[in-house]
Amino acid sequence: MSTDKDTRKNIRKLLRNPSAIYRRPGDLLFTFLVVTLGISIILLTLSMAFVLYGEGSAALREFGFFGFVRGTTWDPAVQLVFGAWPFLLGTVTTSVMALLISILPAIAVAIFTAEYAPRWLANIIDNLIQLIAAVPSVVIGIWGIFVLAPWLRDTVYLPVFMWAESSYPQLLPILGNPMGYGMTTATIVLALMIVPYTTALTKDAIRSVPQEQREACRALGATRWEVIRMAILPYARGGILAGAILSLGRAIGETMAVAMLIGNKNTLPFTIFGAGATMPSVIVNEFREAVESLHLSSLMAIGFTLFIIALIVNLFAAYLTRKFSIKGGQVI
Amino acid sequence: MKTMLQRNIRDRFMEGLLVLSTIIVLLPLIIIIAHVIIHGIGALNWDFFTQELGSPSRALQGRPTGLVHTILGTLVVDFMALTIALPVGLGAGIMLSEYPDHKLNPVLRVMNDTLNGMPAILKGLLAFVLIVKPMGTFSGFSGGVALSFVMLPIIARTTESALMSIPWSIREAGLAIGLPRWRVVLSTVMPAARFGLVTGTLIAFARAAGEAAPLLFTSFGNNYLPNHWLGMILGPVDTLPQRLYSLAISPYSHWHNMGWAAAIVLLVFVMLTFATARFFTRQKF
Repeated sequence: MSTDKDTRKNIRKLLRNPSAIYRRPGDLLFTFLVVTLGISIILLTLSMAFVLYGEGSAALREFGFFGFVRGTTWDPAVQLVFGAWPFLLGTVTTSVMALLISILPAIAVAIFTAEYAPRWLANIIDNLIQLIAAVPSVVIGIWGIFVLAPWLRDTVYLPVFMWAESSYPQLLPILGNPMGYGMTTATIVLALMIVPYTTALTKDAIRSVPQEQREACRALGATRWEVIRMAILPYARGGILAGAILSLGRAIGETMAVAMLIGNKNTLPFTIFGAGATMPSVIVNEFREAVESLHLSSLMAIGFTLFIIALIVNLFAAYLTRKFSIKGGQVI
Repeated sequence: MKTMLQRNIRDRFMEGLLVLSTIIVLLPLIIIIAHVIIHGIGALNWDFFTQELGSPSRALQGRPTGLVHTILGTLVVDFMALTIALPVGLGAGIMLSEYPDHKLNPVLRVMNDTLNGMPAILKGLLAFVLIVKPMGTFSGFSGGVALSFVMLPIIARTTESALMSIPWSIREAGLAIGLPRWRVVLSTVMPAARFGLVTGTLIAFARAAGEAAPLLFTSFGNNYLPNHWLGMILGPVDTLPQRLYSLAISPYSHWHNMGWAAAIVLLVFVMLTFATARFFTRQKF
């Protein structure tokens, strides 16, 4: 321990007073350049917070921060009253539901490729999963508009709606308009889009389980599934949780596919099949058409709220990853 | 106590469930790619690559339309973004890996991760406020800046991990023969890590090339080729992801078909970049 401390102290001393060769103009210039470029990223991130807050401040002043966040009316046309609550609710509902739908299949894929599949098959599956992450959001969006949403409407939403209409009419207000573009469609697409992230991070967590753990369990006579359930999953639990939170962050920020499929309705209540909106989707839909300065400012304030939420989710995930020391979980 | 048979049946059952889940996850990918190709291949003709889009009536009257301005615009905006992001990202990556004792390093790491985790749409809003508002017009340049915000944190992060993977002994060898630090970084560490650097850059490029959200408020879109090449930089420019969105939500069936064709082009562009990145990952010295 003490030697480690000593080395570190020596390095610090050396850096404070580097030998002559490191004080030549070349090194000074290079260090200056690199540090400037590094600082520019720091400034950029800070400026994002300040700019969004600054541009949204008119709306935040008008309604108060909590008044804005909790406000349920979004009326850019007549009353000019803006509240972000519907979009906050839409974002949280769709992304949490998408995570719940996708997490079990994602973990299953990770377990299958890490523990069951032969190497060549695992490689192919890995590449295909990464391919899902590579498909641009708008491409999934156009597929959702013209293929998935009509298909879901005809095979799922309408039959369920008809059944509810004849047997349980009290369900109809909860189900909502089964037109195909709505909360459920958006959630399904979101679930599909975050699977690669959850899978990659879960796989990292599973890989970090020591081989001895598996062997010990096998030696006790456990079947393959029992090894996974008793030796691997409890050990990788934290990493899987961190991966899930990071994927949630992805889902919260996902914009285009959701904006194309959620149906864009700015008033509560949102229903299961009916249209809704999320924070990114309302920015995409209204930003280019916002005329009133208060409207523009309110959209920026929504951006600021989104920034805060994304920040909290990312910091929490970073805390978990550090605590359970899994690697960054890079998806290509 | 369960019998061995019960446990074995359970084991088999779970294995089947895992295989089934894997298939369920992979099926949509194949369906999406198949649909994109089936719907779009018909609209991919010579006109698509040589004509500009024009007004909707142009398509309704059956006159030739295409997306040549979109494809050119995409290339201009994407490479502009790369030119902006590459030096900054490389610099930040070098700072993270080669100057680990610098006081600002932990701050930079947190800020870079934060920027990376931010939704792309917020980067569009930031570029709108920083570039579009002062310039007073939507422009290809602001689109490039917005996309560079997407690329930056990825390049910085991948550069850091590529340089970190080079053993310290290489740096020590360079210092031992009297090279200054900047020569050590530029002439020994970076060449040794070149495949990692290329991979990281390509990944960042591909990720940004598929983004539409930041471009909606910055490069905005344009149905025509600009009259002068400077219009690609200083005026509103069309890009594939943003055009694909506009085509998909338009009410014209001819434009829907063009949207599918644009999806093929975009998909091929992004996938080729990723495939190249994968190819470089496999390269060893």
